Amino acid sequence: MITILRKELADYFTSIRGVIALLLVFAISAMALHAAFLGIRGETETEFVFLRLFTTPEKAIPALLNFPTIMALFFIPFIGIALGFDAINSERTSGTLSRVLSQPVFRDNVINAKFLASIFTLSIMATTSMLLISGYGLRIIGVPPTSEEFIRLFIYLVSIIIYGAFWLGLAILFSVLFRWVGTSLLTSLAMWLFFGLFYIFMLAPVIANALAPATDGTTAELIRNAELQSILLRVSPNYLFLESSTVLLLPLVRTLGIVTIGEAVYMIPNPLSLGQSLLLMWPHLTILIGLTAICFAISYVVFMRQEIRAT
Amino acid sequence: MGKKLVVETKELTKRYDGTTVVDRLNLHVAENEVFGLLGPNGAGKTTTILMLLGLTEPASGIARVYGFDSTREPLKVKRLAGYLPEKVGFYDSLTARENLKFIARLNNISDAESHRQIEQLLEAVGIADMADVAVGKFSRGMKQRLGIADVLVKKPKVAFLDEPTAGLDPEGINQILDLIANLPQIGTTVVLSSHRLYEVQKVCHSIGILSKGRMVIEGSLDSLSKETFAEGRYRIEVETTQPSPQLIEVIGKIGGVRKVEAKGNVLQITTDSDLRAEISKAVVQSDVPLIQVKIQEFSLDDIYMKYFHEG
Repeated sequence: MITILRKELADYFTSIRGVIALLLVFAISAMALHAAFLGIRGETETEFVFLRLFTTPEKAIPALLNFPTIMALFFIPFIGIALGFDAINSERTSGTLSRVLSQPVFRDNVINAKFLASIFTLSIMATTSMLLISGYGLRIIGVPPTSEEFIRLFIYLVSIIIYGAFWLGLAILFSVLFRWVGTSLLTSLAMWLFFGLFYIFMLAPVIANALAPATDGTTAELIRNAELQSILLRVSPNYLFLESSTVLLLPLVRTLGIVTIGEAVYMIPNPLSLGQSLLLMWPHLTILIGLTAICFAISYVVFMRQEIRAT
Repeated sequence: MGKKLVVETKELTKRYDGTTVVDRLNLHVAENEVFGLLGPNGAGKTTTILMLLGLTEPASGIARVYGFDSTREPLKVKRLAGYLPEKVGFYDSLTARENLKFIARLNNISDAESHRQIEQLLEAVGIADMADVAVGKFSRGMKQRLGIADVLVKKPKVAFLDEPTAGLDPEGINQILDLIANLPQIGTTVVLSSHRLYEVQKVCHSIGILSKGRMVIEGSLDSLSKETFAEGRYRIEVETTQPSPQLIEVIGKIGGVRKVEAKGNVLQITTDSDLRAEISKAVVQSDVPLIQVKIQEFSLDDIYMKYFHEG
């Protein structure tokens, strides 16, 4: 398995795909830094300054270009799909799969090595991006991270990797299910567009409005509508990850539920402690891990039973 | 026979979606021989090989390689067996040498050990000058040659070659056939599938003819041709101006002549050996003007056609 793992890693790092992905990492990091540079200048808040490198206030740039949003909606799914969409079927169509499997290796070694190699690559990319932003950010603002900020960022990194592993698992699943690379790529991209954009911005609000219409505009109706909508939104893994990263990176976010203005008046505007933030995002993380495990388990079972002949 | 059996199947059966591809197949291959698996497209040759390697599970029956059950102990079989798929594929971004090294590593052969072996094999299949070129630039025929080297890199006790000469030029075919013919000398039993009869005739000691998943005939080439052409291996056609009954009688008495038939002015004689000299002498001595003598040897083609039609 080590042999296959080594070969897969070498593939990722020497291929054009790897170079493009790395360029994207640089581009994303540069963008986040630029936004942070613009945003932090106008800040008056003095707490969690370092975290603010990653969460530029919405005034400075369009909301969609916020770092956590870009990561959740575009960057991580893209990298996950790019690393995994052809994992199995490209080897099948090029005939290398039957050659490798006729060697004395267990069949699961092949899929395990592929999964591990791509997670490893993904981790390197995510870490690079975080380190780049932190490093240059430190130079720009000159404020070192507190230990709590450091821990929050580390957990954010771990959650990025888990979230990436989900898209990777999904892409690998399609590469096992579909014989043609084009089909698996398009299906993965379709899932991404559906859950990342279409579902969040169109379908979920529409369903919520249909099921719990707020025609009279009463508080009760509005609350019902908003609650239903947030439940529906959490079906999308992108939204799930976005919410959990918001909790991690913005300690001032005290709840993911609905708060009326009347209630908000009584809330003390101070940040949540690390433990409390973790409690808020824990279910999200669990679901993401579960989804990843399901995707991988299905790919694994299907792959183990599949006929390996090329045509 | 008394020879050790390397490959053995008992009532091996495989079904794909209700159609029986391999039907109660019994196959025997003795040690250090070249066995030719013949049959038209779709006869079940590839499926049989895949089952022998444990890459596909049989519906019923047993496949054994060196006494190991291919279905239950595929890893033990794969340690001993090499396999050249019909559509062999390599990692396009790696060089020929790297591709072979990867396979050697999967077989737990150390780089130091495999280095010389790879060198020799690339030389033997005639692509030594391309050793450090990425396989993506190889032609079909060169990939096929590399495929042969790939099978031999693990020094298999038995090699399964699926259409080993597909896509090669005539010179390449001869080169590869010579290589295959020499394999038993270094202790490698060969099972090759093909529908090119003359190749099989050239290198195989024994053959099995498959038709619609069934073994139509199996045995050594010599005994098969004796069996099939009980009434003689050669057909000699003698054209005279006027064949007389006496002439037919005289020819019938020549040793080795099996049958004489007159069709108009042409005598059709089946014999065990090339008796053209004796026959023309007899014709001339009986004062019948001789116009021409033609000879035709029955080959595997005829065995094949005969059994294929029966099957």
